[in-house]
Amino acid sequence: MKTVIDVRDLHKDYVMGDTIVHALDGVTTEIYEGDFVAIMGPSGSGKSTFMNAVGCLDRPSSGDYFLNGEEVSAMGDVELAQIRNKYIGFVFQTFNLLPRTSALKNVELPLMYAGTKGRSERAKGAIELVGLTDRMHHKPNELSGGQQQRVAIARAIVNDPVLILADEPTGNLDTRTSHEIMALFQELNDQGKTIIIVTHEAEIAQHCRRVIRFRDGRIEKDEVVDDQVNAIDALAALGPAPR
Amino acid sequence: MTFWDSFSSALRAIRANKLRSALTMLGVVIGVGSVIAMVGIGEGTKKKSLQELEIMGSNRISVVPNWRRGRGHSATANQSTLRLEDVEAIKREVPLVKNITGIVRRGATVKFGANNHRTNANGAHPSIQEIENAKKMHSGEWYTYEDEELMNKKAVLGWLVYEELFGGTQNALGAIIKINNQNFEVVGVVDYKGGSGWMNPDDQVYVPLKTAQYRLTGQKDRFSYITMQATSSELLPIVQSDVEAVLGKTRKSATGEELFRVFNQAESLEAIQTQSKLLSYLLAGIASVSLLVGGIGIMNIMLVSVTERTKEIGLRKALGATGSSILSQFLLESIVMCIMGGLIGIILGGAATRFVANMFKVPPVINSSAVMLAFGFATIVGLFFGIYPAVRASRLQPIDALRYE
Repeated sequence: MKTVIDVRDLHKDYVMGDTIVHALDGVTTEIYEGDFVAIMGPSGSGKSTFMNAVGCLDRPSSGDYFLNGEEVSAMGDVELAQIRNKYIGFVFQTFNLLPRTSALKNVELPLMYAGTKGRSERAKGAIELVGLTDRMHHKPNELSGGQQQRVAIARAIVNDPVLILADEPTGNLDTRTSHEIMALFQELNDQGKTIIIVTHEAEIAQHCRRVIRFRDGRIEKDEVVDDQVNAIDALAALGPAPR
Repeated sequence: MTFWDSFSSALRAIRANKLRSALTMLGVVIGVGSVIAMVGIGEGTKKKSLQELEIMGSNRISVVPNWRRGRGHSATANQSTLRLEDVEAIKREVPLVKNITGIVRRGATVKFGANNHRTNANGAHPSIQEIENAKKMHSGEWYTYEDEELMNKKAVLGWLVYEELFGGTQNALGAIIKINNQNFEVVGVVDYKGGSGWMNPDDQVYVPLKTAQYRLTGQKDRFSYITMQATSSELLPIVQSDVEAVLGKTRKSATGEELFRVFNQAESLEAIQTQSKLLSYLLAGIASVSLLVGGIGIMNIMLVSVTERTKEIGLRKALGATGSSILSQFLLESIVMCIMGGLIGIILGGAATRFVANMFKVPPVINSSAVMLAFGFATIVGLFFGIYPAVRASRLQPIDALRYE
């Protein structure tokens, strides 16, 4: 199996006043292609710091990080921007869509920074994949939370990244919509996408294949989910959608 | 990320905050508009002065009595030191003078029927039509030298006088008017010249010199002033010094002070040009200050915009934007705002020029170099004042920017 993420002895220290906080205190792990990982842990456990390091949004204090076989821990700002653009698709808790900008234009954004030709066609393809073709000319404030998150997922996959990083993607959504979004992630995972989700809801983690638990900047537990919940079944269990 | 992408991002950002963008642009609009309007009005004033000089006649030299000597004296012909023999001497000794006449001028009330009008009556040789560039007639003709010899009471009216007495439509030729209660026959009306001010060439009445001397004023050999025309404009300074030399022989006071002063048109021309240049510089200076203030306004708003959009910057960086693409986006935003402000400023400045020019009755001049200068300056203002906020935006770390609340 191909290794997408390979981190070795990752450290991240913050200076807070006169104490040093070890947000990451020697994290070593590997994540393989096609994996679907939930990162869990109490706040302050280092899971967000880990995500930011993996997403190349922040640099570790020490340790090695190989993404798709490339050593990113030694890269400069411009290279990191290209890595984020090419290899990683981000999904945020607050969606982070550009306001007053249509769904289609939002999805085109990573393609714009990649300098891809035929952007509109590819963006339309990604929007179709998340099932929002009929809403692609709507602006974010004209879409529901679930629809906005779908647009954000379309934006995350449009550049065909090796890794999708989702930070509390269902944190702002109700149960039904959360299941819908998880169903979409499962579908993408079935198609072979590697996905990492940060969550503190055990129920959400149950949709994944593997759970990594953080505590005090270290990996506390790393286990395979035996009874993975199928989001479509979970949706059905909720009963028919209210009108 | 192409230039076009940065450009459309900038446009979108400007459109997204219409009111704020408009207020930001206002500084540049006013700056550019005032540069254009002020330079335009300065140029218009200059053009107007030159035109006025032109309608007063070309290559002119005038000699006036030196009034400074007699303190408190009012300027009337009876104290004048200029006499008939001065005109004769100039005619004789300065061949570069083409036309010359002594002028007896006096304030006069002219009447026709129930209409009356206060104007200047000028006794002058018929050659005044050459000197004052007044050959083009609305109707009739100038009086002749024969009229002058016979001291005929004939009059030529300036356009304004004709309008006041005859309503501007009636036939004036052959009509008998009263000038200071003496009957004169109107023989000609000079075409409209478009003058203004206290020496308005349209507001004059001309009668033969001798008629004025013997029948209107009684000033038989003193002139209010002498005016003449040189053969060419380059010769004006030479002619002036010749005239000064000729008159200097006889017209000096006991203390050796000259009792006359000589003016030539080239001097007035130069004075107008110096004055208008000074005026232009002053106005452009004032306008530049408003452009500068506009630029500071742009910087202010762009800094606010960068802070406000920190999260957007973080997102763009997460999606793969490099520092330079963020830089170019924000820089273009301020440049585009300045250019738009500049374009609006040019239009408004043009309109303001027309409006003010109309108000002051000067020709509207829209100087293309002022337009280019103002526009270029606006772009530079956008670039200069946009750089700092754009650099700040581009240097934000993605994680800090994303976390910003």
